[in-house]
Parts: sequence; C-alpha cells; structure tokens
Amino acid sequence: MTLTRRIIPCLDLKDGRVVKGTHFIDLRDAGDPVELAQRYNEQGADEVVFLDITASKENRGTMLEVIGRAADQLFLPLTVGGGIRTDDDIQQILRAGADKVSVNTSAVLDPSIITRGASRFGTQCIVLAEDVRRNYHENPDATPVTFPDGSSCWYEVVIYGGNKPTGIDAVTWAREAEERGAGEILLTSMETDGTKMGYDIPITRAVSEAVGIPVVASGGVGTLEHFYEGFVYGKADACLAASVFHYGQYTVRQVKEYLANRGVPVRF
Amino acid sequence: MKRIVIVDYGLGNLRSVFRGLEKSGAVPLITSDTGEISAAEGIILPGVGAFRDGMEQLAGMREAIINAAKSIPVLGICLGMQMLLEWSEEHGRHAGLGFIPGTVRKFPRTPGYKIPHMGWNTLHVALPDHPLMEGIGEGSYVYFAHSFYADTAFSHTLATTHFICPFASAVTSGMVHGVQFHPEISGAVGLQILKNFIDLV
Repeated sequence: MTLTRRIIPCLDLKDGRVVKGTHFIDLRDAGDPVELAQRYNEQGADEVVFLDITASKENRGTMLEVIGRAADQLFLPLTVGGGIRTDDDIQQILRAGADKVSVNTSAVLDPSIITRGASRFGTQCIVLAEDVRRNYHENPDATPVTFPDGSSCWYEVVIYGGNKPTGIDAVTWAREAEERGAGEILLTSMETDGTKMGYDIPITRAVSEAVGIPVVASGGVGTLEHFYEGFVYGKADACLAASVFHYGQYTVRQVKEYLANRGVPVRF
Repeated sequence: MKRIVIVDYGLGNLRSVFRGLEKSGAVPLITSDTGEISAAEGIILPGVGAFRDGMEQLAGMREAIINAAKSIPVLGICLGMQMLLEWSEEHGRHAGLGFIPGTVRKFPRTPGYKIPHMGWNTLHVALPDHPLMEGIGEGSYVYFAHSFYADTAFSHTLATTHFICPFASAVTSGMVHGVQFHPEISGAVGLQILKNFIDLV
C-alpha cells in the first residue's frame, strides 16, 4: 500500500458564503460552505480548501465562525487561504479549527511569514499558494520551462489575485518557500485557470520536480483525463478543483473511480 | 461521562480533537492546568510543530503527565505521540517523555517521495487484539502530516504504515498510547480510534 493521491475540492467564500451557486438542490442552504463541504466529504474528498476571496478585516469574524463549524462537522483536513497577512491571522485561523493555512501575496511581500509560521506552528501547517503566469520576455535568471512543441518561456509569480506581476521566477520562489519551511505548494496557473482545458502541466511538473515537498495542482480542470494528467504528467501530489465539482459535472467519487481504473492510487 | 483532558501547550487546531472526543461520548476539556491534568480520567497529548519547542512548552506539565500516566490512559497524537518516545533527532538530539523506547527520526530524502508525508495512507495492524485497534480493519486509511517518524521496538508497535520505510504509525506501552496520524481528521476510522481510547478510560 502507498500514500494515495489526493482530490481536493476548493470553495470560494465571500462574507462566509459560497460564491458560485451550486447544483446541490437538496441542500438546506446552498450558500453554506459547511454543508457543501460535508457533501464533498461524503463523496470521498481527501481534504477541503476554503478560499476567502473577500478577506477584509471586517469579515474575519464571519470566516472564523465558518471554520469553526466546519471543524465541528467535517473530521477532514481543512486548509484556509485568502487575506492572511500576519502571524496573528495564522494563529486565529488554526485555533478556529483549520489544519493548514495558505499564504500568497503576503508571503511575496514578506517571505519571513513562512519562516515564522513554520517554526511556530509546524511545516505541515504552512502552504505556499503560488499564482503564476507565462512570461516570454528573455530573463537569463529565470528557470526556462519547455513545452512539447519545443518552445519555452519562464513563469512569473503574480499577486493580488493575479493582477500584479512581481518579476519573481515561479520555480525559484517555490524552492525558497520550501527552504523557509513551507510544507506544501498550491500552484495555480493563471494561463489555465477557468479555461477547463486542463492543468498547466509544464509548470506543475517543473515545480514538483524542483522541490521536495508536495505540490497541489490547481486551475483548469474540465475533464476526468485532466486529473490523470495532473498526477501522471504534472507529477502533482494532489489535484484541486472547484467548478467541476461545484456544478455537479463530476462527483469526487467519479474522479477517483476513473483514476483508480487508470492505476493512480486513491483512497475510497 | 468521562473527563478527558486535552493538554494545551501549543497553538495548533485543538477544536477537531475536542469535537471528535465529544462526538465519541466524552466530556473533553482543553487546559494547561496541572490540577486538571491530575484530576483527568484520560489525557490527550495533541501537537503540531517542532519537538524541542513542544517539550519546552510542556515542561511545566511534564511531571503531572508522567504521574497521571501511571494510572490513567494517555493518547499522544502526531507530535504528541513523538514526545512519548525517549529521544528525537529533530534539529539536534532532544529528550522526550520516555514512555516508549526508541527515537524519533527524520525520513531520509528519497527520490520519488515528497516530505512531509502528507495525505492518506494505510494502517497495517500489528496488534489486532489491542483495544485501541478495535474495529480498525487492515488497510484502513488515516491522514498523516509529518516529516519525522517513531523508530521503536516491534513489541511497542500497534500498527505500521509504509512511507519510504515501514514505520510505527501507532505505538503502545502500558497505559500510554500514541498515533502518528491525526484521528480527529481521519473521518470515521479516526473517530473509531478516539472512541476506542475513550473506552479504555
């Protein structure tokens, strides 16, 4: 037996509510993230991610309340991300009942938040969420990533929800985060996110091969095959998806059955 | 109702442990008060983070825990389990509580394996008749998140898991037990183990 590959549904939250409508017509409250997470739990989700897309200071209380209710009912690993800026934010979210926190923009602005978070709460709690975009401008310092057609580019870290380029090389940043004590990397390619064309395999593989910590692929799933590609070609340790689960295109169980049939180890 | 104390010496997620115990029929209390620890009917030693920091934060409660463990059941979880051993090699060499013989070691970096060992892996039950393993089938999945593992004697091994090498994923010595995985976030299997612990109390 072996460590299984993980399937992770991600819920985008605004003011403590699920942002997109869902197909689960039998839910008592379709906007309640805890009820939706519970449904994914029943389908065999390996973890759940809550991404707070409002993440304003005023809404922190609402978010902590949601995390608490999730911890009360789920008995499943819960990662929370979005707007985590300070050590206190990390502590509050873990204390409320999250098992991991993901840091993104704040870690680029001040990488020491990773170092301190890992030493205080443990490496396994700190996830680096890294949003990346292809950059075709020549950059001798960056890590070239080659595509099947032979062309190549480098991937640049973008922050503030993908709006602001940083000039930072994605592979180098992943390595630095690992050295600072991050226990996992949640890699989202802005090239594929929302396209349903599949994960951005070249960068997923490049990051996964560059670091010794687990990598979660994110952004672009549209078919069952895409999950398989993420694991086998992208070398991801976990695959995250939102809309295919949200809109009921697939259940987590269907994804796992497909993967198991193709020889990817999954938990049932 | 059984009074189970969750020893509060760190900063991690204790809420899932609390609710898991409650759901399994206990009355848990999160505390760092030595009086409460001494008066408990069962003790949970949870934990995330680094070994040395954990032992330092535990220092004031160490004696109360060691005394209590002579007569009441203890369950260490993750770092809490590692602290039950004699030694740890995490960032130097540090003494643990010494309930279980052996040393906590780092997984060697090995091609094809990512560290931390993070995710769902299987239990191979070494002592199926032990009450903590009641109802836990061979190959049950539980959730792990750790970079160090317990290297202990076979006679103290309740269950093993394979990751890089086979390691002790559940340990025991008299009234003291430990699990490397997180039962509080391991679904129905995890809740069953928490319930089994409460039944020991």
